[in-house]
Amino acid sequence: MSVASCPACVAIPEDQIEMTAQEQAGKLLFSVPDVHCAGCIGTVEKAVLTIPGVREARLNLSLKRLFVDADPGLSDAIIDKLASVGHLAQPLDETTLDSGKDHEGRRLLMRLGVAGFAMMNVMLLSVSVWAGAEGETRNFLHWVSAAIAMPTVAFAGVPFFISGWAALSKGKLNMDVPISLAILLAIALSLYETSIGGEDAYFDAALSLTFFLLAGRYLNHRTRMAARSAALELAALETKTALIIENGETRAVPITQLQRGDRVLVQPGMAVPVDGRVVSGQSDLDKSLLTGETLPEAVEPGAEVFTGTMNLTGPLEVEVTGNTEDSVLRQITELVSLAEAAKSRYTGLAERAAGIYAPVVHLVAFAGFVGWYLITGDIRHSLNIAVAVLIITCPCALGLAVPAVMTATVSRLFQAGVLVKDGSAVERLAQVEAVVFDKTGTLTKGQAELAEDTDAQTLSLAAGLAEASAHPLSKSILAAAQARGVDIARVTDVTEIAGKGLQGQYQGRVLRLGRAEWLGVEPETNRGVQTWLQWGDDAPVALYFTDPPREDARQTVQVLKEEGLPVYMLTGDRAEVAAPLAESLGIENVEAQVLPEAKLRRVEALGDKTLMVGDGLNDAAAMSGAFVSVAPASAIDATRASADFILLSNDLTQIPRAIRLSRQARARILENFTIAGVYNLIAVPLALLGYASPLAAAIAMSSSSILVSLNALRLLRSKT
Amino acid sequence: MTALLYLVPISLFLGGMGLVAFFWTIKSDQYDDSKGNAMRILSDEYDYHPKED
Repeated sequence: MSVASCPACVAIPEDQIEMTAQEQAGKLLFSVPDVHCAGCIGTVEKAVLTIPGVREARLNLSLKRLFVDADPGLSDAIIDKLASVGHLAQPLDETTLDSGKDHEGRRLLMRLGVAGFAMMNVMLLSVSVWAGAEGETRNFLHWVSAAIAMPTVAFAGVPFFISGWAALSKGKLNMDVPISLAILLAIALSLYETSIGGEDAYFDAALSLTFFLLAGRYLNHRTRMAARSAALELAALETKTALIIENGETRAVPITQLQRGDRVLVQPGMAVPVDGRVVSGQSDLDKSLLTGETLPEAVEPGAEVFTGTMNLTGPLEVEVTGNTEDSVLRQITELVSLAEAAKSRYTGLAERAAGIYAPVVHLVAFAGFVGWYLITGDIRHSLNIAVAVLIITCPCALGLAVPAVMTATVSRLFQAGVLVKDGSAVERLAQVEAVVFDKTGTLTKGQAELAEDTDAQTLSLAAGLAEASAHPLSKSILAAAQARGVDIARVTDVTEIAGKGLQGQYQGRVLRLGRAEWLGVEPETNRGVQTWLQWGDDAPVALYFTDPPREDARQTVQVLKEEGLPVYMLTGDRAEVAAPLAESLGIENVEAQVLPEAKLRRVEALGDKTLMVGDGLNDAAAMSGAFVSVAPASAIDATRASADFILLSNDLTQIPRAIRLSRQARARILENFTIAGVYNLIAVPLALLGYASPLAAAIAMSSSSILVSLNALRLLRSKT
Repeated sequence: MTALLYLVPISLFLGGMGLVAFFWTIKSDQYDDSKGNAMRILSDEYDYHPKED
């Protein structure tokens, strides 16, 4: 190949391309959601290190992620190994997850460190001044303080100055405007006082204000990063691939690389990776994630299939058509964006409080300045009063206590296996007045289980055939047989007939298990999912399947009702299935066969403060239209994307617990506002009257900050 | 009060060393997994032993 014909080859030599690919293959990333203790760290790391080819394994307990440095292609071996020591691991796609360091967090921490160092030193020097240093000594101490304070403020105060200036230049006020003003004015005034040998300097107050508020800023950043990385982690879960058919051979490619017209193979037990049309093959599709309907739908060549459905019986060859106009996904996406546009943005408590705080502080400080100037005519003294007011109204309840409450709540929720994707979601969850559940996959397990009225002989014969198949229904037949201790019949010559069922020989007679139509009987439509068994010339017998509720569903509904929250169930499934289930769970308000759009309307009609819990694509619109939403981790992508909370452990009882925790968090925030309000009612008049000496300002501000922060941290200890 | 002239610089220098140490902890990723580090101290295994061949 000539160099000129391939300019890119010159820019990146081939061996270099290979090297970068190998480097990436060396670093593997796994999500291990159930690690929680010192023992887990040892078990996990040691187990992984025993695999040949693994060079390094390190578990991050805060993120519940395992970093492994290993030879390429060991991913499956590592997951199997972890499963053998009792930990469920999922590979994370590192390219989706930006594994880059959190630079902003580091810079904030650096500024916090500098501010803390400077604050402590200046505070020490100030103590000498307050203790009675005079004349030259006081001047010397003030000058040293100034020398420490000025570079510190220039470095550590930057986040406030930038944000305050951004607001001002748009003609708006935010919390950072009075903060910046207080810091800068205090420094400038103190510098002037020092230069004329004056008594009062506010260097210490300016620095402690910077330090406390930076601490709040850092906590806030941590919470946001946690939420962001949670969202990224969800996107990185399951690197999705499809089996593409090229020249009669299949090969796995990421679904993002598929193009319209490509042919993909969908094996039984696999999810359909793309929207497309069936070219060859016959099968049944489980569409419950899309519609909530538990009865599988038969498909044959020419039928349209959609992402998110599960192929049950036979292999299908599907031609990729992409999102066509009538694609279910497309319709739902439109509904979701409509619902999101209609939903008014929630203004958090802190934002609302800051909206009042900023103008009031400016007004009071300015009034103090003008008032004192009119009475005394002394500009220097009037400025002193204004600075004292600005400093003493330290917005620590807003800037430090709210982030502290949020950090505490989010970390408690994460420990319990609940991911918070949006900070304001905690506040919204606290105000919930009604709870709406989806049925299939949310209240139920979303898996077919054999009905209990199946007799032992049928089960024995069916299990004999089912042993040879990977079909989900076969698996649950086998599981039922093993659970009941039924002897499994020794069936020979078992073959799987795609799209129809299984066939074998037992005691010289043909044994068949499969679709009703194949065995020549009418399916019983009102019994839901079913399969039929025929032995020789005997009449075919039906095996019915049910979708059992999750073990914790009943308890969850119970607790929610005890909390005074009405519980509703909206499902796309048929009423014959929905009603008995709702009754067994204790839900009185049930609606069946609800289409996605109708679900959204119903949720909106239930009032402003509705919590929607769902997992299917048919819930996505209702969830984005609801006040706040929760999805189990087993939900499909589109639904997880529109949910505010994700239940990583798929444990429904975490829902009432999360509601209680967020109610506590909201109560703490409101309490802190009250404390701050009372404090300001006392401190501001004193400052206006000129009693706020630098010593008084330092004590008042620090103690109010510490008080609200301690109150916030009580959340970490509460027993919920 | 001339003692202040050297005591203040000394105290600033000592504090400054603490600050530098803090910067070092940030640079060497010591705040990435605070929970894990708190737990690791309970492990009997020595964490950073040199690799054995």
